Amino acid sequence: MGAAVRLSGISKRFGTFAANSNISLTVEEGTIHALVGENGAGKSTLTKIIYGMLQPSEGEVFIQGNPVKFTSPRDAIDAGVGMVHQHFMLIPTLTVAENIMLGNEHASLFQRLPMKTLKELIQKHALEFGLAVDPDATVANLSVGEEQRVEILKLLFRNASIMIFDEPTAVLTPSEIEHLFATLRTLRDKGKTIILITHKLDEVLSVADTVSVMRKGEITGSMPAKSITKPELARMMVGRSVLLRVTNPPSNPGDTVLQVNKLGFCTPHGEKKLYDLSFKVRAGEIYGIAGVEGNGQSELLQALYGLAPAGTLQTGEATLKGRSVLGKCPAEITRMGISLTPENRLKHAVILDYTVSENLLFGRHREPAFHRGAGFDNKAVSRYCGQMIADYAVQCTAPASQLLSSLSGGNQQKIVLARELNRPDISLLILAQPTRGVDIGAIETIHNKIIEARSKGMAILLISSELEEITALSTRIGTLYKGSIVHEFSQDEVALNRNSKDEFQKEIGLYIT
Amino acid sequence: MNRKTAQFLIALLSILSALVVSTLVIVIVGRDPIMIFQKMFQATLGSSYGTGQVVFRMTTLVFAGLAVALPFQVRLFNIGAEGQLQMGAFAAAMTGALLPASLPSLPAISLCIFSAMAAGACWALLAAGLKVRFGVNEVIATIMLNFIAQGITGYLLTYHFAIPSTVHTPPIIDAAIIPSFNAMTGLFAKSPANLSTLLAPCVALLFWVILFQSRFGYEMRATGLQPEAARYGGINAGMHTLTAMGLGGAAAGLGAANILLGYKHYYEAGMSSGIGFTGIAVALLAGAHPLWIIFSALFFGMLEYGGLTVNAYIPKDIFMIIEAITILLVISFNALGKRIPT
Repeated sequence: MGAAVRLSGISKRFGTFAANSNISLTVEEGTIHALVGENGAGKSTLTKIIYGMLQPSEGEVFIQGNPVKFTSPRDAIDAGVGMVHQHFMLIPTLTVAENIMLGNEHASLFQRLPMKTLKELIQKHALEFGLAVDPDATVANLSVGEEQRVEILKLLFRNASIMIFDEPTAVLTPSEIEHLFATLRTLRDKGKTIILITHKLDEVLSVADTVSVMRKGEITGSMPAKSITKPELARMMVGRSVLLRVTNPPSNPGDTVLQVNKLGFCTPHGEKKLYDLSFKVRAGEIYGIAGVEGNGQSELLQALYGLAPAGTLQTGEATLKGRSVLGKCPAEITRMGISLTPENRLKHAVILDYTVSENLLFGRHREPAFHRGAGFDNKAVSRYCGQMIADYAVQCTAPASQLLSSLSGGNQQKIVLARELNRPDISLLILAQPTRGVDIGAIETIHNKIIEARSKGMAILLISSELEEITALSTRIGTLYKGSIVHEFSQDEVALNRNSKDEFQKEIGLYIT
Repeated sequence: MNRKTAQFLIALLSILSALVVSTLVIVIVGRDPIMIFQKMFQATLGSSYGTGQVVFRMTTLVFAGLAVALPFQVRLFNIGAEGQLQMGAFAAAMTGALLPASLPSLPAISLCIFSAMAAGACWALLAAGLKVRFGVNEVIATIMLNFIAQGITGYLLTYHFAIPSTVHTPPIIDAAIIPSFNAMTGLFAKSPANLSTLLAPCVALLFWVILFQSRFGYEMRATGLQPEAARYGGINAGMHTLTAMGLGGAAAGLGAANILLGYKHYYEAGMSSGIGFTGIAVALLAGAHPLWIIFSALFFGMLEYGGLTVNAYIPKDIFMIIEAITILLVISFNALGKRIPT
C-alpha cells in the first residue's frame, strides 16, 4: 500500500498568524485516517489545502505519489480528491440525480442528460455501499442522513478515490451515525481512502484506523487508533489532562419554576412545529431536552423567549411561576427573570465588532447598576468585566479595547455564559447548545459553572443535541421528537444510568428517532 | 495596526490617489496641473472671500453628511438627504416669509430653523415608517421621495408661492436672516458664510455623543452591526430605525437652513443643486463617523468651490470625477482590507 496523500513541510500563514506550521503527514491508501483537534487547531485549513481551496505558503502536497499544485477544488476533483462539507452543498429544488451530476453532466450543452445510466449507477452504489436513496426524490424532502448519502454518491460519481469528511456526524442521530460508519468501512474495504475530521473522540476510536492529532497548527502525533485511549487522545489535543466526566452531585429540586402545558406552535406558513408539548422545570434542577436538531428545539426557544415570528399561532401555555411568557417581547421576558444563551451564538448572542466589555453588557445594558446619566458607568462596568473574566478564566487582556472577534469560540461562549449566569434575580436559565464549537478545555469550565448554578437553586433548561452533554448534566431528561416530548426519564433513572452512558445514550437514541 | 488607523490611512490614500488621477486628467486635457492647483488654492484658502465660500459649502456638507452617517450606523442607507434638504428649505422659506415682520430675531430664526428640521425629519420618517411597517427597502423609498419632494416643491413654487414673473418665493423677514460673518465681524469678506457654521461642529459633536457615549447609541450601533442579535438582546430595532432616520432628516433640514436663512433668503427652484448627494460621499469618506465628517466636508467643500474657480481653464466636471473616484477608492480599499485577516 502506498501513500494516498502525503504532505511535506506544509505551512499556511494569514498575515502573521500561522494556521499550519511545518506539517508533514502521510495518509495510507485504503485506510480511514482521522484528524482530530480543538477548534482553531488548524484542521480545516489543512483540509482546505488538500482540497485546493487554499494554497500553502510553503511545502508540498503529493497525491498518489505525484506532486500537485491545486489552484481550485476543480483541480482536486480531477485528481480524485473529494470532500463532504459539514454544511451540504446541495440544491434543494433539484432531484437527487440532478444534484449528483451537477457540474459533471457527461453531456454537451444541447445533449439529453444521461439519466438512465446515472440511475443505474446510483442503484449499484446503493447496494454496494448502503447508500439507499431515491434518485427521483427532490432534495428538499430528504432527511439529513439521506442528504449526506447524496453527497457521498456525488463523490463516487466523480470517481474520487480520496474522500474528506468534515465533521460528518454533527447532524446525525445515533443510528444514522452507525449507518454512516458502516458505509465508511465498506468504502475503505473497496480501496477508497477516507480522511475524517472530527472532535468527537469516541467516533475516532470506533471507526478510524489511524489518528493524527493537531494542536495550535501542528501535528502533535500520529498513531494507530487501536493503540490509544480516549483520555490520552484528549490530553494530546488540549496539551494537559482534562476531566472528561463532570462531577454531578445529587440535586434537590424545589418548586416548579417553568411549567409548559400542551404547547403548540404553528408557523406563518402553516407548518406545525410543536404539538402538545408539556414539561416542567423545578428550581435547583437541570431539565435536559435530548433530540436531533430540527425536531422543534428552535421553535421551543422562540416561544419561550418571545422570538416567534409575526403570524405564528401558539396554543397551550407556558408559565414562569404562574405568569404566562407567551406573546411577550424579549425585554419583558428578561425582566420576568428568564435568561437565554441562544443556539446560534455568533448570530444571536454576541456582537463580533463590539469589544469584550460591550459584549458582557449586551442585553444587560438596561440594568441600572451599570448606568451613569444617559451613558454607562465605566468604573462599574470595568469592575464587573474584570470579575467575570477572572471567574470564567477568559483569555483576554484588555476587555475594554479588544474586539470580541479576536477571542476563540470557547472564550466567546464563556463571555455569553458569564453574562447570562450572573444576571441578578433570574429564576430560569435556558441553555441551548451551550458547548457547540467550544474547545474541550473550555467545556470543562462551562459544565462546572452550569452545575454550580444549579446547586445554588437555579432552574435550568438544557437543550442540546450532544447526548453526552445531556446525560452528564441533566437531573431529568425529556426526549423531543417531531415537536413533542415523547418520553421522560425520571431523576432516579438518570442518576442510575449516568455511569453506564453508552447504553443509556443508545436508549435515549431510541426515543429521538 | 488597529482598525481606526487603517480607516484613516485608507481615506488619506484614497484622497491622494484621486489627486494623482486628476492631475493625469488635467495633463491629458492639455493644461498645466501645477498652475491649476495654484489658482485653485489662491481662489479658495488663499483669499478671505474664497475661504468664506469654502466654509459656507462645508457647513451644508457637514449637515448633509450627518444626515447620511447616522442612519448608516444603523445600517440604513439614506439616499434621501437631497429631498429632505429641499423640503426643509421650502418649509423654512415659507415660515420665514409668513412670520409677522415685528417678531424679534431669536424667535424668528429659531422658528424657521425648527420648521426646516421638522420638514426634513418628516420626509425621512416617511421612508423609515415604510421600512418598519412594510419592510420597504429604504434605498428605494428615499430615492423615490427625492423625486416627490422635487415635484411638490416645484408645484407649490410655480403655482402658488412664486412672486409673479420670478422663480422664487417672497423673501423671509429680516429678523429671520441668520447674519453672515461679514456683517458681524467683517470676516470672510462678502462670502455667504454665516453663523450657522458654528452650529455644524456642535451638531457633529452631539451626534458623536449620542452614538458613542450613550446607551441609546449603544443600542443603535448594535442594531446596525447585528440586527438579529439586537432582537435577542431585547432591543427595539424599529424604534431605532425611526429615530436614526428622523435625526438624519433633521440634520438635512439644518443644512437647508444654512443655505436659505444664511444666504439666499428665499426659496428658488434648484437651489439645493445636488448637495444632498454629495453628503453621501462626505459620510462615506468619513466612515460615517460624526467627527471625521467635519474634515471630510472640508475636503469636499474645497473641491466644490475650487472647481468653480478654475472653470475658465478646465471644465469643473473634472472635480466631480475626483469626488467620485475618491469614494470608489474608499469603498474598494475598505473591501480589500476586510479580505486581509489582521
